[in-house]
Amino acid sequence: MTFGFTRAQAVALVAMLALIVVAPGVLYPVFLMKVLCFGLFAGAFNLLIGYVGLLSLGHAAYFGMGSYIAAWTAKYWGFSAELAILTGGVVGAAIGLVFGWLAIRRQGIYFAMITLALSQMIYFFALQAPFTGGEDGIQQVPRAPLFGLIPLEDDMTLYWVVAAIFLLGFLAIHRIVHSPFGQVLKAIRENEPRAISLGYRVDDYKLLAFVLSAFIAAIAGATKSQVFGIATLTDVHWEMSGEVVLMTLLGGIGTIFGPVMGALVFGSLETYLAQFGDWVTVTQGAIFILCVLAFRRGIIGEIGARLRLVL
Amino acid sequence: MVTIFGKPLLLLYGQLTLGLINGAFYALLSLGLAVIFGLLNVINFAHGALFMLGAFVTWGLLQYLDIGYWPALVIAPIIVGAFGVVLERLLIKRLHGLDHLYGLLLTFGCALVIEGLMRNQFGSSGVPYAIPSALQGALHLGFMVLPLYRAWVVIAAAAMCLVTWLVIDKTRLGATLRAATENAPLVQAFGVNVPRLVTLTYGAGVGLAAFAGVLAAPMNSVNPNMGSNLIIVVFATVVIGGMGSILGSIVTGFGLGIIEGLTKVYYPEGSATVVFVVMVIVLLVRPAGLFGRAA
Repeated sequence: MTFGFTRAQAVALVAMLALIVVAPGVLYPVFLMKVLCFGLFAGAFNLLIGYVGLLSLGHAAYFGMGSYIAAWTAKYWGFSAELAILTGGVVGAAIGLVFGWLAIRRQGIYFAMITLALSQMIYFFALQAPFTGGEDGIQQVPRAPLFGLIPLEDDMTLYWVVAAIFLLGFLAIHRIVHSPFGQVLKAIRENEPRAISLGYRVDDYKLLAFVLSAFIAAIAGATKSQVFGIATLTDVHWEMSGEVVLMTLLGGIGTIFGPVMGALVFGSLETYLAQFGDWVTVTQGAIFILCVLAFRRGIIGEIGARLRLVL
Repeated sequence: MVTIFGKPLLLLYGQLTLGLINGAFYALLSLGLAVIFGLLNVINFAHGALFMLGAFVTWGLLQYLDIGYWPALVIAPIIVGAFGVVLERLLIKRLHGLDHLYGLLLTFGCALVIEGLMRNQFGSSGVPYAIPSALQGALHLGFMVLPLYRAWVVIAAAAMCLVTWLVIDKTRLGATLRAATENAPLVQAFGVNVPRLVTLTYGAGVGLAAFAGVLAAPMNSVNPNMGSNLIIVVFATVVIGGMGSILGSIVTGFGLGIIEGLTKVYYPEGSATVVFVVMVIVLLVRPAGLFGRAA
């Protein structure tokens, strides 16, 4: 198939597109936009864990800063929607460049702990810096018009824009994974010493993958702040980093559709359980335990394995 | 008033004591993490939650069974340690031979479940626990007034660190443990029951966290979130110190506590992040960690 999609993936893609078109007729558009943002976020995270084998426990830093920057530029500098989101993405990528450069000095478990500690720095920065509004966050962010022309106050108009951003990000991730660059990433995942001995500058590849992942994660966060008109500490907190791991694990690590499925299930669960307070946390933990013990392939990974397809 | 670099000496002493106390917690927790990682190859994300459980068990013992602080110092680590043993046997054991990352994710899930359940039960504000009567009051040292309980926490934690180091470095059990860390199949071939050793090690590491939890109970309120914020700093401690050396963990823990205390005096805004800044500097200068062996 073209664009690196296998036949099965093309069928799944068409199904996903159909769902995106039909869903707002049945479900609340704001809920769907949240799922799309989370899906993009999880896809960015999956780029690292699924295709380079790097577990980042600090992806909330890029998601959250993307959200803050987009909210700030839209509210105080009057940026149009696409400009605000792009600025958020670039700032996220810049943070990713520094943090990735630091974290790839260590492997495995240490890498995970370093990314978590660095993201906690961003959390405290967001808590104390004057521009983020501390505990209140940045509230009442206007929905900036697209290209300064098309108003996005209407939920359905915004929905199509968010869907377009999601699809662009989704295709970008797919393209990265199936490029020659992506093949080297997979080689690093499978056998890092071998990739080094073949002459690849492994650290350069890891760093570029990290920056790309941070950029897409920040775009997702920035889009979310445009949808909800608010950027808060929730988006930079370590729990958000945990949630993105959960979505990806639940959907299927290393599958292209898994993170989206994970985001859909997770988003529904969160919305449904919101009335039960801290049972959300308990349920999340229980799903973590179940997935790790008995369901490591995740939903899409399991379907793919049963049907012997790569999804 | 006596000042040093423009800050009152009393403030400096006070923050240094608090820094030592935080350092004592970092040391005790990173010690347990290092011992568990050495043998199980699992980074125990639930360590902070189990620390919190230690504090809650202490509170529960007094509330429901009228058992005071001093017996709790022994009983709470045993109860939480036993819980750890169950956790290891039921869940963690099943991950044997898988990527390290799954152990991290599993224990992360455990931490979420434990903390969520406790928040449901006790709310986020937590419950108070009084300082035991023998440790109320303060020492007048002439140059400062030292609350007795703070002095006790530092001494008790330091003593516990020392005991752990002695057990691992000087006893036969410790020698077996170190041997199993190096090469578990070989130790098994010598007739040591390695799976049991693994379980007991996890229990003991968790017990250390619970001991720290008992010490922490009278400091502030006993609340469900007390562990999750701490564990991230402890992770940074582990990255800075490396997990190869027991004494290294202890020195790093106390050292970071003191640095944090000093930062609170001279640049209060930076006190929450200073440990992470130290981590960044160490990563730049000595990527393997201060006491770590290059991988």
